Amino acid sequence: MSAFKGVWVFSENLDLAMEMLSKGRELANKLQTELAAIVIGYNVKEQAEELAKYGTDRVYVVDSPNCRNLQTEPYLSALMHLASKQPPEIILIGSTRRGRELAARLATRLKVGLVQDVFRLDINDDGKITAARVVYGGSGIALTTYQIKPQIATVPPRTFDKPKPSEKKAEIVYESLELEEPKTEVVEIRTAETAKARIEEASVVICGGRGVAKKDDFKMLEELANILGGQVGATRPLAEDRKWFHEWIGLSGKKIKPEIYIGCGISGMIQHIAGIRDSKVIVAINNDPNAPIFEMADYIVVGDMYQIVPALIESLRTVFKK
Amino acid sequence: MPRMIVCLKYAVDVSQIKVDAATRKLLTADAPRKISDFDKNALEEAVKIREKHGGEVIALTATAENASTALREALAMGADKAYMVQASALQNADTMGTALILAEAIKKIGSFDLILCGEASIDSYSGQVGPRLGELLKVPVVTYVNKLELEGDVLKAERSLDECIEVVRVKMPALITVTKEINVPRVPTLMDVIKASRKELKTITPADLGISADLPTTIKVMDVSAPKVERKKVKISGENPKEIAENLIKTLIKDGVLGG
Repeated sequence: MSAFKGVWVFSENLDLAMEMLSKGRELANKLQTELAAIVIGYNVKEQAEELAKYGTDRVYVVDSPNCRNLQTEPYLSALMHLASKQPPEIILIGSTRRGRELAARLATRLKVGLVQDVFRLDINDDGKITAARVVYGGSGIALTTYQIKPQIATVPPRTFDKPKPSEKKAEIVYESLELEEPKTEVVEIRTAETAKARIEEASVVICGGRGVAKKDDFKMLEELANILGGQVGATRPLAEDRKWFHEWIGLSGKKIKPEIYIGCGISGMIQHIAGIRDSKVIVAINNDPNAPIFEMADYIVVGDMYQIVPALIESLRTVFKK
Repeated sequence: MPRMIVCLKYAVDVSQIKVDAATRKLLTADAPRKISDFDKNALEEAVKIREKHGGEVIALTATAENASTALREALAMGADKAYMVQASALQNADTMGTALILAEAIKKIGSFDLILCGEASIDSYSGQVGPRLGELLKVPVVTYVNKLELEGDVLKAERSLDECIEVVRVKMPALITVTKEINVPRVPTLMDVIKASRKELKTITPADLGISADLPTTIKVMDVSAPKVERKKVKISGENPKEIAENLIKTLIKDGVLGG
């Protein structure tokens, strides 16, 4: 008899939880076990009702004012309580920054392993998970498996597609649990200055790198993005060293998979490549013919982006009559 | 005055990894190592706190290799002393094993007010050791800190999260992990390097910590290979920027990437 039973999915991010439910469904079917969505938070009845429509067998809800400010400790103790009642085989946690911390601390309390940021999950012949993740800054893909259960993995946003809502609605179970008090005091939350729309959703992404001399020059990239119905993004040095943006595309930032990615003045550090690897088509514009990004590109344009981009804008206007 | 311990990973320098052309396996064993980038930010932050508030900065690493040159660099950057836990078992250790060793080493080093780690390491970028260590030592954990202030025995930390900046207060002892944005690590001067050579650098073995040479493993890495790249690599040419732009658009339309 296996003491471990079921596949769990948890994220404080509702979209991400839904995406993981589609993978969770597949894993649960293969293992012939149940799929459960775990909802933890404060006033989360609506979230639970919503998740119940996405192919899960059950939704466990832990609703507590202790979770008001999203500190990790009450979430952690909620998951520990649930796991002590019925230890699951697999726990998928959404890989937000909060989720990554939560998963590492949960794995420590459960004395088990964790694989962060998996982009592929399968069940192997032993009935255990094989998880793939990017390592060495994008130079390698590591295939890992687990020695003990529960097997915990975190999943980045947009890794799996959201399932279609099903006719059948899952049973919602409200758990009343004693939760740990938060150990930190939240004094302020500032919503970051993010793009109008989420870059992960854009079908076309025009990305600027260190070849962009000043922030104002992004107007040119925005113009190109507007014509193509896309959005602009930046590399980590532009966001961090030059502080032009709050978010960036790359291993430690947003991972995107648009239909078209156009990199302008980007050399192609492996950390950036890790964030664009899944783009359907990669166009790279760089004046250095040896730029590493060209190794990753479908279309290679050797030239000065300050000349190529305006020429592209003009030609596209003619083609699309905009 | 805070007693601070900074955990440093002697990580693989990812920019210098080579790939075996035949097998696509990464030749990580041959790659040079260095202090993981984010850990340098953690060290810099600790040194800045000591410069302002006094106290002590201890650098700690757990490694299968001899990391003494990296620890000398940490001493040159301003750590007061350094400890290296060297154990061959760490060669195949996962984050659980590494965190266990660090926790035991910290218990041996003695009391602390603040432990600082990088948000993750440059080579595995897993971000587990910091939070795991906090759990093992049963202290509050604050991750992804991009601004830190000390007010008596309370830390005020600004966290850079996915959709927001969150400011939290937490009483020490605590563990924080820092992002790259928090500071710019200093480059030691020749004087710093000379001074560092006289500072204390101690090697600890698992036996000194009273733990067995075998570490529990929770994860098994089956394979590490270079990702397959299947890109067209079509070079777009032209006499001038205008022609190149037109050729690019024509090619994209021809290949069905753009609707004409």
